[in-house]
Amino acid sequence: MNILLVIGVILVLALVGFFLGRQRAVVKSGGESRSLHSLPGYHGHFVALWAAVPSLILLALWVPFEPVLAMNAALDYFQAHISEPGNMEEIRQSKLSLLLGLSQEATTIKLDELSTDQFQLLQTEIRNMASGTASAGHAAFIQEVADYYSSYRQTSYYLMFAACVGLTGAGAGFAWSRIAPGMRARNHVEQAVKWFMIICSTVAILTTLGIVLSLLFEALRFFAKIPITEFLFGLHWSPQIAIREGQVASEGTFGAVPLFTGTLLISFIAMCVAVPIGLLSAIYMAEYAHARVRAVVKPLLEILAGIPTVVYGFFAALTVAPFFRDLGNSIGLDVSSESALAAGSVMGIMIIPFVSSLSDDVITAVPQSMREGSFGLGATRSETIRRVILPAALPGIIGGVLLAVSRAIGETMIVVMAAGLGSNLTANPLEAVTTVTVQIVTLLVGDQEFDSPKTLAAFALGLMLFVMTLVLNIIALHVVRRYREQYE
Amino acid sequence: MTKKAGSTSTSMEKMQATLSRRYAAEKRFQSYGVIAIVLAMAMLVTLFATIIGTGYTAFWQYTVRLDVTLYPQDIDPDGNRDPEVLAKADYQSAIKDALYSLFPEATSRQDRSAVRALISPGANFVLRDKVLDNPDLVGQRVSVRVPLASDFDQVLKGNIDPDVNFDVIEERSTDIPWSLPPDERLITEKQAGYLQQLIRQGEVEASFNIWFFTNGDSRQPELAGIWGAAVGSIFTLMVTLALSFPVGVAAAVYLEEFAPKNRWTDIIEVNINNLAAVPSIVFGLLGLAVFLQFFGLPRSAPVVGGLVLTLMTLPTIIIASRAALKSVPPSIREAALGVGASKLQTITHHVLPLAMPGMLTGTIIGMAQALGETAPLLMIGMVAFVVDIPSSPLDAATALPVQIYLWSDSPERGFTERTSAAIMCLLGFLILMNAAAVLLRKRFERRW
Repeated sequence: MNILLVIGVILVLALVGFFLGRQRAVVKSGGESRSLHSLPGYHGHFVALWAAVPSLILLALWVPFEPVLAMNAALDYFQAHISEPGNMEEIRQSKLSLLLGLSQEATTIKLDELSTDQFQLLQTEIRNMASGTASAGHAAFIQEVADYYSSYRQTSYYLMFAACVGLTGAGAGFAWSRIAPGMRARNHVEQAVKWFMIICSTVAILTTLGIVLSLLFEALRFFAKIPITEFLFGLHWSPQIAIREGQVASEGTFGAVPLFTGTLLISFIAMCVAVPIGLLSAIYMAEYAHARVRAVVKPLLEILAGIPTVVYGFFAALTVAPFFRDLGNSIGLDVSSESALAAGSVMGIMIIPFVSSLSDDVITAVPQSMREGSFGLGATRSETIRRVILPAALPGIIGGVLLAVSRAIGETMIVVMAAGLGSNLTANPLEAVTTVTVQIVTLLVGDQEFDSPKTLAAFALGLMLFVMTLVLNIIALHVVRRYREQYE
Repeated sequence: MTKKAGSTSTSMEKMQATLSRRYAAEKRFQSYGVIAIVLAMAMLVTLFATIIGTGYTAFWQYTVRLDVTLYPQDIDPDGNRDPEVLAKADYQSAIKDALYSLFPEATSRQDRSAVRALISPGANFVLRDKVLDNPDLVGQRVSVRVPLASDFDQVLKGNIDPDVNFDVIEERSTDIPWSLPPDERLITEKQAGYLQQLIRQGEVEASFNIWFFTNGDSRQPELAGIWGAAVGSIFTLMVTLALSFPVGVAAAVYLEEFAPKNRWTDIIEVNINNLAAVPSIVFGLLGLAVFLQFFGLPRSAPVVGGLVLTLMTLPTIIIASRAALKSVPPSIREAALGVGASKLQTITHHVLPLAMPGMLTGTIIGMAQALGETAPLLMIGMVAFVVDIPSSPLDAATALPVQIYLWSDSPERGFTERTSAAIMCLLGFLILMNAAAVLLRKRFERRW
């Protein structure tokens, strides 16, 4: 079952097709290369494309659909043989009967009567057994189904391999037979390249679509279990719930307000650090600093932007948080060792270069004539900056700050490593708070079941995060664009 | 007239009077800027100083020299030097014997377990690797350097206070001044004594920590290395590069050179700009839902990591590539078209080579971002504890930043210095990549 091998074979065949096609073009032209419409190489590419593209498309279709078809076949097999003597016995004695909640009197399993969760459990069981990762205590009958499933997949793999090779050969043969001096091979190849580029340019759209759809889909499944009003307005967040599906009794509470306030608190602290330092250093660099100072300081500030966030997280947890805790202790304040202050201020450091480079761009974009006008009236530099340049640059600066806020809201590693895990509805920066991103990570790292509200909650949080940052970005881009129109 | 002149002079006076205040404000304002820059620089320096200060000690490791006798009947009973048998043999007892022979006076069970605690519980793997490299060692008396257990290593490096003054040990005094009660001490008096004895005998030595660069992850800090994570990162980046560079360049070429200006291309443009600002963790969620759940790709595999990071870095590469294409003057295109080249030939033969340095610069910067990215990899399960070095992009693996996250979470003191050292390696790579980008820009940048 090696897809890479199939791809490799197809590509090698295409390469062979390229040489054959090129040679045939030369032969057909009878050594008179001017009689060819396209250069021989284009004929070679033409054959290679016909060889590789159809079979690669076939492969791309086969890869996602094959497991589904195999599973359906396995389930049909399961349904057909479940009532045979002994099979039901085995299932009742295996741990599967616990998972499916079978009664000891059950004599058969009807697949269409199973709930979605039970159905998926059964499928997972078959898949695990087929890959040999199932734990002990399973029924021999399920092993039989799993073997059927494996052999179905094996056969389908060989069939697909043969089909791909056949299609490659057929495509290459077809293209090869069409080679003639008058054939417009170049136009065909260029058209294919153009389509490739068009497809590449839609990847961005597909990504956005994928994000929106996957988040929305999973979030809707979450809201089917937990009402959306509870999620948006509930004040308690404790997603610790039953390990197994079906134990509905011990449901957790999913009120996300403490997460939102925690996120906003930490982002606010970050902005309190980043905006003054970033803005003032940008002003200094744009208006005062000597070119040589600028040439040194600017790249140094950019280094701050290039440091991975996991490094900031480590710095926050190792140095900054204990520093604030000890400082608080020394003046008699009780500071948590996972305080919002520590996480927020380190996040602020990370965002400084972001604010400063965006502000720098806007400030230098303010027309020189406005500065000169102000100087001509006798204003000092600082007066010019405060009364003329900053008001003119304000929309751009606000846009930059909004982008920085969206960055802070979406930042993950710093808060995962330095902020708290327990939800806490407070505005006190000395306490530990948790954020949306922290909860997404804690909900999804480690063992998980795709259907429990716990996992789905992460997607609902992700959707909120995506919407929040998207709105901020749109507003910011809008503000920046409107400002730009004024001076250009 | 006079009245007017008088008012001028008073306004002049007024201005003169406020002038010093205004100049003071000017100075103040300027100093705010200086303070801001100094603060930012101070933070940068603190960050680097902390990392380097806690991390530099990880580059060496205290080891103990043991003379181990490898009896053939224990290691290789069949005598055919089969690597599989050699790999599974019991090296632990050989190590133990060698260790006990250094301390003939430690005979009670308690004493012996104190002696054993001196060296790394994974010392047998060090010996095994040595034997696997050179099977002829079986049957010989081998001198092997095994790492000291992490706590003792940290104590000797001065990273943790064992409540015992090791200068005193170094000076070979026999009195060890204790201040904490025995049960709160990190190492016992007996162990300190044993360690002291080893140091006196000259068996303990600090050497370059090769394990840190060649090992995978381990529960024992003294044997944990970054190579496994580094290989995971390399595979991930290879997948990312192989996908994002061609796709990004093709998309940029289409949008810049071919696309008609219409609603559809507008949507694509807005989309690309928005994607560049989507939080990275959301890409992780996408990867989890689409690549793992929907397509059923393996968890923890660098392939999936590479796919997710591709989607993340694409906007960066597309934007940089478009800028590079824009900077190629239209006259080049017109000249090529004028001598009869097709549009695609013009682009592949003339425009792309000229835009390539800019595109490569953008790609390197995108790759550097991808190398430092952690959050999306957590989502797709690249946080597993992986001891083996991955051998293909489909094996379970972690990445360098994820390894840093995992180690920073570990309670053992020995992992703190390793986390910092791993950060130093990661930053080293990033600096190299960015330097390459700057160099590329400087070397090939053309002004038309």
